[in-house]
Amino acid sequence: MPPVNLATQVVQMLAGALLLISFAMLAERRSRRLLFLLVWQGVVLVASTVLVAASAHLTHLYYSAALTLLLKVCVLPLVLFRLMRKLGIERDNEPLVNVPTLMLVGLCLVIFSFGLAQPVSALATTVLRKTLGIAIAVILLSFLMILARRKAFTQVIGFLSLENGLFFAATTTTYGMPMVVELGMALDLLVAVFIFGIFFFHIREQFDSLDLDQLESLKED
Amino acid sequence: MNAIAYVWQVSECLLAIALAPLFAGWVGQCRAWLQNRSAPPLWQPYRVLRKLFHKDAALATHASWLFRLAPYVVFSTMVVAAAIIPSVTTDLPLARVADAIALVGLFATGRVFIALAAMDIGTAFGSMGARREMMIGFLAEPALLMVLFSAFMTHGSTALPEMVEGLLSQPHIVLHPSLFFAGVAFVMVLLAENARLPVDNPATHLELTMIHEAMILEYSARHLALLEWASWLKLFNYACIGFALFVPWGIALHGVGVGLLTLAIAALLVKLVVAGAALALFETLSAKLRLFRAPEFLTMAFLLAVLGLLVYLLLGA
Amino acid sequence: MNVVSALTTTTPLTALLVLVSAWLLIGALGLIQPNRIGWVARTLFPLGALIALGMAGMGAMSLTTGFVAQSSALALGLPDMPFHVRLDALSGFFLLLLGSAGAGISVFAAGYFRQGEGTAPGLLCLQYHVFLASMAMVVLADDAYLFMVAWETMALSSYFLVVTQHRIPEIRRAGFLYLLMAHVGALGILLSFGVLQGGSWQMTFDAMRAAHLTPAWASAAFALALFGFGAKAGLVPLHVWLPEAHPAAPSPVSAMMSGLMLKVGVYGLLRVSWDLLHAGPWWWGLLTLGLGLGTALYGAIFAAVQTDMKRLLAYSSIENIGLIFAGIGLALLCRSFDMRLLAALALAAALIHAFNHAFFKSLLFLVTGSVMHATGERSLGKLGGLIRYMPWVAALALIGSLAIAGLPPLNGFVSEWLLLQAFLQTPRIPHAFLNMIVPLGVALVALTAALAGYVMVKFYGVIFLGQPREQALGKAHDAGWLERLGLSWLALGCVLIGVFPQVALDVVGRITLQLVGTTVQRGPSPWWMTPITSSQTSYSGLWLWVGLLLVIGATFVLVRRVYHGRVRRTPPWDCGYPWQTPRMQDSSEGFGQPIRHLFGPVFRMQRELPKPSDSKPNYRVLVQEHLWHQLYLPLARLVQRTAERVTILQGGRLSTYLLYSFMTLILLLVWVL
Repeated sequence: MPPVNLATQVVQMLAGALLLISFAMLAERRSRRLLFLLVWQGVVLVASTVLVAASAHLTHLYYSAALTLLLKVCVLPLVLFRLMRKLGIERDNEPLVNVPTLMLVGLCLVIFSFGLAQPVSALATTVLRKTLGIAIAVILLSFLMILARRKAFTQVIGFLSLENGLFFAATTTTYGMPMVVELGMALDLLVAVFIFGIFFFHIREQFDSLDLDQLESLKED
Repeated sequence: MNAIAYVWQVSECLLAIALAPLFAGWVGQCRAWLQNRSAPPLWQPYRVLRKLFHKDAALATHASWLFRLAPYVVFSTMVVAAAIIPSVTTDLPLARVADAIALVGLFATGRVFIALAAMDIGTAFGSMGARREMMIGFLAEPALLMVLFSAFMTHGSTALPEMVEGLLSQPHIVLHPSLFFAGVAFVMVLLAENARLPVDNPATHLELTMIHEAMILEYSARHLALLEWASWLKLFNYACIGFALFVPWGIALHGVGVGLLTLAIAALLVKLVVAGAALALFETLSAKLRLFRAPEFLTMAFLLAVLGLLVYLLLGA
Repeated sequence: MNVVSALTTTTPLTALLVLVSAWLLIGALGLIQPNRIGWVARTLFPLGALIALGMAGMGAMSLTTGFVAQSSALALGLPDMPFHVRLDALSGFFLLLLGSAGAGISVFAAGYFRQGEGTAPGLLCLQYHVFLASMAMVVLADDAYLFMVAWETMALSSYFLVVTQHRIPEIRRAGFLYLLMAHVGALGILLSFGVLQGGSWQMTFDAMRAAHLTPAWASAAFALALFGFGAKAGLVPLHVWLPEAHPAAPSPVSAMMSGLMLKVGVYGLLRVSWDLLHAGPWWWGLLTLGLGLGTALYGAIFAAVQTDMKRLLAYSSIENIGLIFAGIGLALLCRSFDMRLLAALALAAALIHAFNHAFFKSLLFLVTGSVMHATGERSLGKLGGLIRYMPWVAALALIGSLAIAGLPPLNGFVSEWLLLQAFLQTPRIPHAFLNMIVPLGVALVALTAALAGYVMVKFYGVIFLGQPREQALGKAHDAGWLERLGLSWLALGCVLIGVFPQVALDVVGRITLQLVGTTVQRGPSPWWMTPITSSQTSYSGLWLWVGLLLVIGATFVLVRRVYHGRVRRTPPWDCGYPWQTPRMQDSSEGFGQPIRHLFGPVFRMQRELPKPSDSKPNYRVLVQEHLWHQLYLPLARLVQRTAERVTILQGGRLSTYLLYSFMTLILLLVWVL
């Protein structure tokens, strides 16, 4: 194996960590720890963005790293944390499918996403093209998490994790999105979380629970 | 192979046998400190052994030959396993006899014998312990194998000394994301296989939750001593496998002098001290899982290890 | 012509044919005094075992270096279609397997069969030896005609053996299912041969080797062969007959079916896919590999929840067949990418596993026979503690159980080790997707092997350890000397292959040389295995034995020397609970509970739970396969319904039938015009 430069290796390592965190999220039952995992995911994301920025000498990536740090590591988790406190939803929430099965499906998704990334990453020019597969896997795993949970709160965390995956895909394969897009997305996220927060309260007022199974009663027969 | 290698082989084996109770004593001491209890002395396990070896053995009336044979077999598998794990040097003639797969096989042999012995007396606890041990074993064993295979993929050999040499002789620092996964999985397997929290509690006879202790309930005196020693050796072996796979620095390579070997022993001791403290800390921080959750915990370990393998195949690192 | 010159001029092939006829003769001799045990069991069966040994010897001879394949046409068969026979390394290996494991089974059978077990012993002797002879003929056949004749004889003779106790309705049902599946499988094989002849309408294997098939036809032939031989070998989902038929048969017959007949199925697939067909596309390999791995895991999971000891072993056979097929699949996959060395390694693993399985599975089935004779029980829930009453059988069963669990330093470990090594080399497959997927198979192999350990602890622990679950078990007696001899022979095989794995590797090296064109790397001595390179992998069964025994001995001596060996016998402690009863031990259902819990959706479970108010609580759980209800029963209903439609034609009046004939005649005449 030819020696690969250290920055690339570290980014690959971080990509691995990202995947690991995604799997941990899939397996985690407690909302509070799920939130911590989300913070960790943000930290890893920031670290990898900074590294990519440093190795490719791209200043705009530094900005997006700072933005990520601010938004995904500080603001959003804080907001969610307070929401969690207020709503009192720290206890366990059991996934719809049992965890090992979920992880097995996740494993298949990883294989699938690497198959998906193969033709694309062959075209990508950056040294980091192998990480595209992981990025797609993170996205799909987050989607899986959203599917498998029944609490609205965990689904929001899944949604944020999904966005993290998208962001990672963008930084590692094409050195990030244009700043405008990134800012727009950041704003979207912020707004989305606030709207979710408002929804939470409404859902709870309506059904006395954040369990989304309750929404089934809205269906008209 | 020269004669020196055999000398080192035997002395490494003896070192493992001698150090294993000490390591267990250290973990126990750390746990006690962390839990604000007054700690037993470091050499408490040796005292336990001495006491047990001096006692009269009490055997159940209908215990069969298998029951009396099992402690010797279990102890021997752990000793042979210690002989093929490069903890101090990679100059091990026996390591060529049995590679990493055979190592897992040896652990499995030990487990099967102890489980069979537990069923021999025919008590409720014995067979319950055997069933639980096998349940943990059948998930932990492939998980350990997958961890070792991740290491194989990165170093291209199933012989443990070759893996260590492969890692130590790399000119550049190479990071392996696959080993990252493997490392997490390995820690989970280590906890489960050595009857540690959160899967089992080594310090309890709380009847309905015990696993390992339930199997050795009927043993006493020298048989119990051998089994206790074997379980400490197992913990020691697992720690050494972990060192060899993930932090091999310090292990002496082929054909080096006494000075470096002393250094290697010192490095091993330092690693053991750190690992023991970390283990105690982790055990103190975690709560015991419900038994139904144990398979889930291990399935996760297994899938993580498989994921490590997959990540290696995908990233090539 | 005197005897000496006759012996020097006979070739192994002729000798083999003589041995096969001798088997048939022995079978026929059994009919002279069909009810005299002294004649049938004590005389004829040992003779049959001797012949089996001779056959093993001839098989071994064909595996020596410098042996050239021999073939000849017999003066038997149809006028224009004589039977062709051929002895090459592949058939030699399977004859070795058949003879060596068969000898042990026959010796055991000599002590096992007794009066009053349904079919008369003499008739049983005939069926038994016809079964053996037909298996040998399948392996020796060199044309599709003889192959199919021998194949059907094998199926029929084993059917009669399965329904030995034909007065029991369940056994008749199991036999019928077996016969049905055997014929469906045979149909697949027949069609496969039909495709293989490639338009030449020559039924000899030589013609088939020379035939050039288009890729599509070759794939069709392969798929049909996989179906046919898979049905015989017990590949999921064609395995349903296996857990029914194996337990129904008397134990030596179960041992033969599981240890030998399944291997004949493996032989058939090898013959067709490696010898008659040429290298095919990679999906052949992937299909076989996937089916094999799935079968292995499926068998292991179901074995863990069985409550009947012979059913447990039957499912364990399915698991082992899965591993063998996985090896073959991997080899096929590697062949399609022209990775010869790896193909040789995988094939060697599969063949050695087949050999090992013949030994340890026969051993365990025979053990169940001894246990059933001693206790009259086959349900695990009513056994226990037999180690104290049947020490010989228990000790030999322990060897078999450890071997089948794949534990070092016995033989099961050797083949699993080779298979794992083969899987570890698969990232080098030059295909972007396969090199990702195939290496993950190693996880399934590892999981299966570990589950096998679980199953065997359950099997051994529940039967031989603990306290007897029934009063009557206290009267159990150890097996007779002939039974012990048979068991010891098989156990010895398990140990020897574990000690000298390289010998086994050398032997199958002849086959890989014939089929793949290369062998794996030779170890430096008979007790070292280094199949890839010596720095990458090495294993030495002998030195591991020596190491383990030395340490055990040293520990024993030291403990005895340094400290006194006083032992006090007391009642069991069990946390101070004195009212222990045997019913408090784990039952076989209890021991399988974690597996039922973990793999819940795989099983179709019917459970009766006791209510809290029950004064005599009763717990019952029935575990079945989904396959049976979701595939086979709908299929059976479909066949039934179609048949009912067709019965409209069957009016019952003779003139209607004559009308059918007349119409057919007219139609044909019109067609000719």
